[in-house]
Amino acid sequence: MEALFSTVTGFLAASGLYLALRGRTFPVVVGLTLLSYAVNLFLFSTGGLTTDGAAVISDDAARYADPLPQALVLTAIVIGFAMTAFSVILAMRVRGDLGSDQVNDQREESKEEKS
Amino acid sequence: MMQHLLVLPVLLPLLSGLLMLVKRDATRLPRRGIALVSTALLVVVTVIMVLESRSGEISYYALGDWQPPFGIILVLDRLSALMVCLTSILALGSVAYACAGDDRKGSNFHGLFQLQLMGINGAFLTGDLFNLFVFFEVLLIASYSLLMHGGGKDRTQAGFHYVALNLAGSAMFLIALGVLYGTLGTLNMADMAQRVAMLDVDRLGLVEAGAFLLLVVFGLKAAILPLYFWLPRAYASAPAPVAALFAIMTKVGIYAILRVYTLIFGESAGELANFVQPWLWWFALATLALGGVGVLSARDLRTQVAYLIIISVGTLLVGVSMNREAPIAALLYYMIHTTLVSGGLFLLADAISEQRGKAGARIVPGRGVTQPSLLGFFYFLGAVTVIGLPPLSGAIGKALLLDSAQPGEQMWLWPLLLLSSLAGIVAMGRSGSTIFWKAKPGDSDGPRLQPAMLAGLILLLGASPVLSLLAGPITEFTDASATQLLDPGQYAQSILLQNATGDGS
Repeated sequence: MEALFSTVTGFLAASGLYLALRGRTFPVVVGLTLLSYAVNLFLFSTGGLTTDGAAVISDDAARYADPLPQALVLTAIVIGFAMTAFSVILAMRVRGDLGSDQVNDQREESKEEKS
Repeated sequence: MMQHLLVLPVLLPLLSGLLMLVKRDATRLPRRGIALVSTALLVVVTVIMVLESRSGEISYYALGDWQPPFGIILVLDRLSALMVCLTSILALGSVAYACAGDDRKGSNFHGLFQLQLMGINGAFLTGDLFNLFVFFEVLLIASYSLLMHGGGKDRTQAGFHYVALNLAGSAMFLIALGVLYGTLGTLNMADMAQRVAMLDVDRLGLVEAGAFLLLVVFGLKAAILPLYFWLPRAYASAPAPVAALFAIMTKVGIYAILRVYTLIFGESAGELANFVQPWLWWFALATLALGGVGVLSARDLRTQVAYLIIISVGTLLVGVSMNREAPIAALLYYMIHTTLVSGGLFLLADAISEQRGKAGARIVPGRGVTQPSLLGFFYFLGAVTVIGLPPLSGAIGKALLLDSAQPGEQMWLWPLLLLSSLAGIVAMGRSGSTIFWKAKPGDSDGPRLQPAMLAGLILLLGASPVLSLLAGPITEFTDASATQLLDPGQYAQSILLQNATGDGS
C-alpha cells in the first residue's frame, strides 16, 4: 500500500507542478489545485498508514491510528478550497481586465521593448 | 481578566471585522469609526502586552484549556509583544490615512483590513507551527482582496502573480509541516524543540529537508533574493494604505525565520543546531546588494520604496544569520524603524502622486505638488531616516548592526551595507530633486492634504525622531529580547513544565 500511495502522491504533485509552470492562467489554477490534492494526500499519510487501528483509547485495541493528520488535512482542504475558488475568480478577472489569459501580459512586454 | 489579554489581539480585529460584514450598505454603519476605535484599542492592548512582557516571564494562553503540548497555545514573550505592538501602530497610521477617501474606492476595505490584522497578530503570537500556517492563510486571503482594492489592470496582473506564488508557497508549507510532524510527532514549537534534540540519526536527513523547505516558505514571505521578484510590482500597485500595512508582511516572514531557527533549530537542537544560519548569511548579503541595484533602477517612487524594503529585508536577515545577542538586538531596533518608516513612505508617495496630477509617482519632471513645503519636509524626513543618515533612527539601527559584526563578517557586511545605503542616498536624492525642484509651479487649487492623511503621515514618519529620542529604553528592551530569544530552554520550560505542575495559563 505504501508504494501505491507514494506513487499516486508523487504523480499528482509532478502533474500539478508541471501545469503550474504553464503560461496561461487556467492550467496554472488547475496545477495549483492538483498540487494541493497531492499535499493533502501527503499530510494524510504523515501519521503512518494504519488500517483498522483504533483512534480513541480503548482497552482492547492492539494498534492505534493517529487522528491528528485527519484534523490537519481537514483544515488544509477547507483553506485550499477557498483559495481555489478565489484564484478561479481572479483568473476570470485577469481575462476580463487584460483581454488575455497569459500569466505574464505579453503585449505589455513587447510594447516596453519597442519604446 | 489579565490572563485573557493574550487573546485580545486576535479577537478584537476578528469581532470588528465581523461587525462590518453585518450590512453591506456602507452609509448605515460607521465603518470608519469602528475601524479607528478598534485599531486604537488594539494599540492600547498591545502596549500593555509589551509592558507585561518586560518582566521577562514567558506566559501562554491555552485555547480551549487543552494543556500544551496537546492544544493550541498563544505565547507571549518579548519578541511577540514587540511585533504585535509594531503591527498595531502601523495599522493605526494606515487606517487613519485610508479614512481620507481610499477606503471608499472598493467594497468593505475596513472589514478586510481588520481580518488581515487578525492574521498578522495571530502569526506573531501563536506557539504552534500548524496554527502559524492557518494564520498565514488568514492574513494572505485578506491581503489578496486588499491588494486588488479599487481595481485596475496593474493590480489584477500583480495580484494574480502574488496569489499564484503564495498558493505554491502554502503547498510547500504544508509539505514541510507534514515532514516535520511525521518525524517529530508534534507541532507545538516548544515540544518540537525538545524532540529535535533527541532525534534518531536516521531521521536527521528528513527533518533537515523539512526545515529547509520551511526556510523557502518563510523566505518567500520575507522576500529573500531568489524569491523576491513578486514584491516590487505587488507593492507598487497596491493602494497606499494597503502597501503601508504590507510593510509588516515581509517582517512576518523574518519573524518566523527568527522564531523557528532559534527555538526549534537553535542552540539546543543537537546535530541540527544553527544549521540554517550559514546559508542565510550569503542569501541575505546578495539580497542587500541587489536591493541597492534595484533602488537605483526604479522609475517610480513606489517601486523605489519597494526596493528600499528589499534592502531592509537584506539588512534584517544579515542580523538573523549572525545569530548572536548583539546583532539580533540591533536588528530588532532596525525592524521597528524600517517597518514604520517604509509604511510612511508608501503613504507619502501616494500623497505626492495625488497632488502631481498626470505625472503621478513617476520620477520625471512635471507639475509640482500643491503643498511643496509640507510634502517636501516629510520627504526629507523620510529619506534621511530610511537611508540611515544621522541623527534619525535609521542611522542608529545600522550603526548598531555594523558595530555588532565580528572581524570575519565585517569584510563582507560593511562594504555591502554601506554601498546599498549609498545607492539609497543617490536614488532618494535624485527622485527628490526631480519631483520637488525640477517641477513647474503646482496648481494652487489642486487637491490638498486632508487632516486624516496628515495624521497617518505624522504617526508613521514622525515615529523616527521619537525612536531616536527613546533609543535608550528601546535598545534595552531589544537587548533583553535577544537574550530571551537565544535561550530556547527558558521558552520550552515555561510552557511545558508549568503543565507538569498542573498550573495553567
